Amino acid sequence: MTHAVPCVELRNVSLIYASDGKAVHALENVSFSVPQGAFVAIAGPSGCGKTTILRLVSGLMPATRGQVLIDGQVVRGPQKKVGMAFQNASLLPWRTALQNVLLPLEVVQPHRAQFRARRKEYEEEAHRLLRIVGLDGFADKPPYQLSGGMQQRVALCRALVHQPEILLLDEPFAALDAFTREELWGVLQDLWTARRCTVLMVTHDLREAVFLADRVIVMSRRPGTVISDVSINLPRPRTLADTFSPQFVDYVHTLYDCIGAARNGSTS
Amino acid sequence: MSQELRYRLSVIAPPVVAIALFFLVWELGCWALRVDEFVLPRPSVALAAYLKWQHAIWPNALQTLMTTIVGLAIAIALGVVLGALIGYSALMYRALYPVLIAFNSIPKAALVPVFVIWFGVGTLPAILIAFLISFFPIAVNVATGIATVEPELRDVLRSLGASQFDIFRKVGFPRAAPYFFASLKVAATLAFVGSVIAELGAANSGIGNLMVIASARFEVSLVFAGLMVVAAMGIALYAVFAALERRLVAWAYRSR
Repeated sequence: MTHAVPCVELRNVSLIYASDGKAVHALENVSFSVPQGAFVAIAGPSGCGKTTILRLVSGLMPATRGQVLIDGQVVRGPQKKVGMAFQNASLLPWRTALQNVLLPLEVVQPHRAQFRARRKEYEEEAHRLLRIVGLDGFADKPPYQLSGGMQQRVALCRALVHQPEILLLDEPFAALDAFTREELWGVLQDLWTARRCTVLMVTHDLREAVFLADRVIVMSRRPGTVISDVSINLPRPRTLADTFSPQFVDYVHTLYDCIGAARNGSTS
Repeated sequence: MSQELRYRLSVIAPPVVAIALFFLVWELGCWALRVDEFVLPRPSVALAAYLKWQHAIWPNALQTLMTTIVGLAIAIALGVVLGALIGYSALMYRALYPVLIAFNSIPKAALVPVFVIWFGVGTLPAILIAFLISFFPIAVNVATGIATVEPELRDVLRSLGASQFDIFRKVGFPRAAPYFFASLKVAATLAFVGSVIAELGAANSGIGNLMVIASARFEVSLVFAGLMVVAAMGIALYAVFAALERRLVAWAYRSR
């Protein structure tokens, strides 16, 4: 396990894209790797290319220079090993919660080919996930009858239903109120403990990063580079009470200082 | 149960009352102003004409209905395909949209004599005119529905490695469905206009043909009876599509 190929690896990745005819230098020489089963958070000031990293790993976008590897293979397009959740729940409004969770199974092989035959089984799996995130009894509700927090829970289930090796989370709780957000930290921690997939989560909430992650990667302002890589050595499962412990607060302070330096730093 | 009844009544009563009032004003207006029956027959006279000529009206009405539905069906098939094409591809949009506008700007009535030269007098010109007149709103609406799919929804599918066709099936098509049904209600009424216009000069049957014959024989009340039958069929077809819409795309009308 220790010398295994990292699950996700970025090697000197740079990205330049055109926006309104101008070249935007989003990432510069980003390198890091994530071992199998780890929970890594990426934090940084807004516009530092955090989301871009997820789009590169998911294969939605190619890198300008450098390589993105999953399990040692260069990423050249969307991956079926990957599940993704976005800042907006982005549920399909014409589908019920359950049908939304089932969506990846209708698209991703080998489930796609077996979908009709194993539908019952798949539905049970979707129900099970909904139960874990506390949405028992909401399976047949359309998204507009669910609150923002509930929609995001459904989105998490959808990202996990096809048992992806890697879960990519793009500020999944940013649009929620503080109470719901902190409640969902616990939900996500439970899901991750149950599944032990590799998680790469982008966030600008440092408490969220410390609460959930094994490691927090701090990015600089655009063009984004890795300026710090902090391991969070706190016991699990972590509880909301732990967020007031001195070690927790220390970690948040350390990260806060890093980001502060990043924001004041590379301005020139 | 009585609440259910009251709800149904609140849906059905207003249009019925409105139509009744319209006929009442017409009836009383004609009577008070002593309008000649030859100029504008009272609705009661038109109704009498309808009852008198029923046996002649119905076969023609069914002919018009058939013509309209066939024309509309072709318009739906081609409108959805072309709408999906220009909704998906910016290139197709740029290339075809001006052509569509140009075609739609041609008065369809002006095409009737052309079609008579090409296909002769009969059902075909009426079907074609019904198709041409109802095609445009369907294509434009389907294109709008597909072109305005939220990029986030598309990303959800793309990140799963879905093909373009998957994305169309799972997101584009359902997303465009409410737009499609909205256009159907417009297209259905337009299709009736198209077939009757064509039948006025290029058919041996249909309500349009009946009206031409009636007016040539100065049976103005029969002309109006024909108009009313067309209007009634328009309402019926509209109601069918509205019911389908409520059933199939209820999610788009969540706050009834």
